[in-house]
Amino acid sequence: MTAIALSDYLILGALLFSLSVAGLFINRKNIIILLMCIELMLLAVNLNFIAFSHFAGDIAGQIFVFFILTVAAAEAAIGLAILVVLFRNMSTINVADLDQLKG
Amino acid sequence: MTFSIPNIAFALPEMVLLGFGCALLLIVAYVDRAPQGSGFIAYWFSQATFVITGLVIFQGMGGEGGQTFNGGYIKDGLSDILKLAICLINMVVLLYSRHYLQARGLFTGAYYILAVFATLGMLIMVSAYHFLTLYLGLELLSLCLYAIVAMHRDNKIATEAAMKYFILGALASGMLLYGMSIIYGATGSLAIPEVAEAILSGSVNRVVLNFGLVFLVVGIGFKLGAVPFHMWLPDVYDGAPTAMTLFIATAPKIAGFAMIIRLLAEGLGGAHAHWQTLLIILAVLSMVIGNLAAIAQTNIKRMLAYSTISHVGFILLGVLVGTAEGYAAAMFYVLAYVLMTLGGFGMILLMSRAGFEADNITDYQGLGQRYPWFAMMMMILMFSMAGVPPMVGFFAKFAVINAAVDAGLMPIAIVAPKTFQWALSVNALAVLGLGFFPGALLALCTRIFM
Repeated sequence: MTAIALSDYLILGALLFSLSVAGLFINRKNIIILLMCIELMLLAVNLNFIAFSHFAGDIAGQIFVFFILTVAAAEAAIGLAILVVLFRNMSTINVADLDQLKG
Repeated sequence: MTFSIPNIAFALPEMVLLGFGCALLLIVAYVDRAPQGSGFIAYWFSQATFVITGLVIFQGMGGEGGQTFNGGYIKDGLSDILKLAICLINMVVLLYSRHYLQARGLFTGAYYILAVFATLGMLIMVSAYHFLTLYLGLELLSLCLYAIVAMHRDNKIATEAAMKYFILGALASGMLLYGMSIIYGATGSLAIPEVAEAILSGSVNRVVLNFGLVFLVVGIGFKLGAVPFHMWLPDVYDGAPTAMTLFIATAPKIAGFAMIIRLLAEGLGGAHAHWQTLLIILAVLSMVIGNLAAIAQTNIKRMLAYSTISHVGFILLGVLVGTAEGYAAAMFYVLAYVLMTLGGFGMILLMSRAGFEADNITDYQGLGQRYPWFAMMMMILMFSMAGVPPMVGFFAKFAVINAAVDAGLMPIAIVAPKTFQWALSVNALAVLGLGFFPGALLALCTRIFM
């Protein structure tokens, strides 16, 4: 069995990252999916950090991951809170309905 | 086992601010049950917090600087001045927004808690000397800002703006982090001086470094609202209640500037040639599109948002020069910008009443007759934004363009003033003209509906 190389991790990270960015831009249906894409993006970054940290023998990258996980939890909390407020006001979580502002 | 205590004195302002912020949390939790609410106490307490933090910063100014917390934190001339500016600006922001919040039932302790913690995030960003510290400061600031925009819970437009701000802000953080992770892989370090050292030593894989750099610049572009990553900015400025717009449009830009300096100038100074090209695109597009789109706006908050975009272009122009002169000019520009924006949104707050937002340009018709003094102030502010000589806006633009010309970036330096001067001058004069001679546009508007 061959060992998994650094590039394999990086390709997986890049794929996950692209997937999440594509999800953010293509998705027109559901805001919860946008929140999931944001989480996925942070996880892709975490994978990168851990891979680099492991292969460079430097622990700092893994510490960074702990902080990213914590911040991601806080971010999800705020995102869902805004989502609840939005649903109360508009009775929909459809991305296409967010059209009162021109952009 | 050796044990070294970090030099806490360098981070004293942040610690004071954190302590007061926690105290404010407790106070608001207890006072909130009182019938008159916690707004009054929270307001004065947070003003006192900013005064004391400002005094602590002022006392430490010019003293010894250096790094602390294992190189995660730095106190230098840049951090002192920017931190003091952030505290002063936020004091004025709270002062301006008080009556607006009272008139709309938003005068609660929660707003002030969020403002204090957002300020803490800004101070941490300004002093960050490690990717981790920078990221945590940025997130503390951003999370507070998302909540501040969403605070007016019954306001449909504000919640929509908050959602857009949240999604694109999180996307920006993700881009920034991805860039950081790649740069970490290329240089093997997260500390900004070590990254700089690794790049200067030439042992770094350039392709990998540039790949990370692109993501970093995109993240910064999103956070600051540079074209083509600006689409959230007019919506958020327009949708958020004006007091919240005032908050997010002023001091956080100072922190954003510090982030650019720490990341690009100090961390990636060795890759200057690469990020200069990227910033040229962002700066030129921001200046041109920001100004052209501003002319077409009928909403003064959207107009100021597009004006912000073009100011961001100027700040980036100062940074991309890459010389000490350029950085100094960009810093002067960001401080001048914050002062002008403070006045601009402050004027909207002054004119708004309960149930009346004063956010259409037509609302300012006849201002010169009703309030000649404020019309005069508005004129000064708009002239300053357009860069008319005796105002600070002119000197800021002059310094930035001068630095660009000195560094041999003549073509960009020419694009900048040309579009800017005619576009925003027309815009500002239009606003002023509406103030003094409202008849023409009023007649036009009447004709449309007749």
